[in-house]
Amino acid sequence: MKSAATTPPYTLNHPRWYRKRVSTYWWLQRWEYLRFVLREISSVFVAWFVVLTLLQIYAVSREPEAYDEFQSFLKNPFVLALNVISFLFVVFHSITWFNLSARAMAIRVGGKRVPGILISGPNFAAWLVISAVIAWLLLRT
Amino acid sequence: MDAQPTKLRIEPLLWLLFSAGGVVAAFFIPIHLFILGIAAPLGLTKATDYTSVAAFLAFPLVRLYLFVLCSLPLFHAAHRIRYTLYDGLQIKHLNEVIAACCYGGAVLGTVIAGYLLWSFH
Repeated sequence: MKSAATTPPYTLNHPRWYRKRVSTYWWLQRWEYLRFVLREISSVFVAWFVVLTLLQIYAVSREPEAYDEFQSFLKNPFVLALNVISFLFVVFHSITWFNLSARAMAIRVGGKRVPGILISGPNFAAWLVISAVIAWLLLRT
Repeated sequence: MDAQPTKLRIEPLLWLLFSAGGVVAAFFIPIHLFILGIAAPLGLTKATDYTSVAAFLAFPLVRLYLFVLCSLPLFHAAHRIRYTLYDGLQIKHLNEVIAACCYGGAVLGTVIAGYLLWSFH
């Protein structure tokens, strides 16, 4: 305590940090970066699906004529193309999400880490089952 | 993320919504989007016809399901869009505006979904 009181306050040497300027297009420099950004951009198409669903619910809540308009909107080639692209992106989201769950969950059994495939595998299986059940419920009419 | 101790307290909740929305989106959205956006317009199914959809929406449980299907993925998307803008375009100074727009949009979408589904009859 005595020495602390007598020692003059120590000023940290703080040289200016050298930081390389990162390009705005850093995500185009490597396939891994681009894949990461594409995965993040998939969320835009997730949001688009929600908009589409809300439009559908709104159209149904009105009269059948309003719903016909919504259905012809879906048949517009640009909207159809957008939906095909959106579908590819949301599938990409699902695949990356299930693969990520294997990395996020470090489950250990008997001191050994459970291999990722045992965590992502059941997720993929559940995805198939859920999709099949939804398709069956919607398509049986 | 630095020097914002008061803002960070809500982060765990936002992250939880992001994560839950990611799970819902991953499991449920592809099949719904395929049927609604691709199969039905191409004439492969009548599942999205007026009578079928109105019949489905008559069930309260279906409306609750649709509410979750809309709300959580919106928060998921808001979170991801926020950080993609943050990292991708390096616009740190607009951080608060972007966050307000993203989560505000998700809240707005949730309110709209809640209103449409609650008042449906």
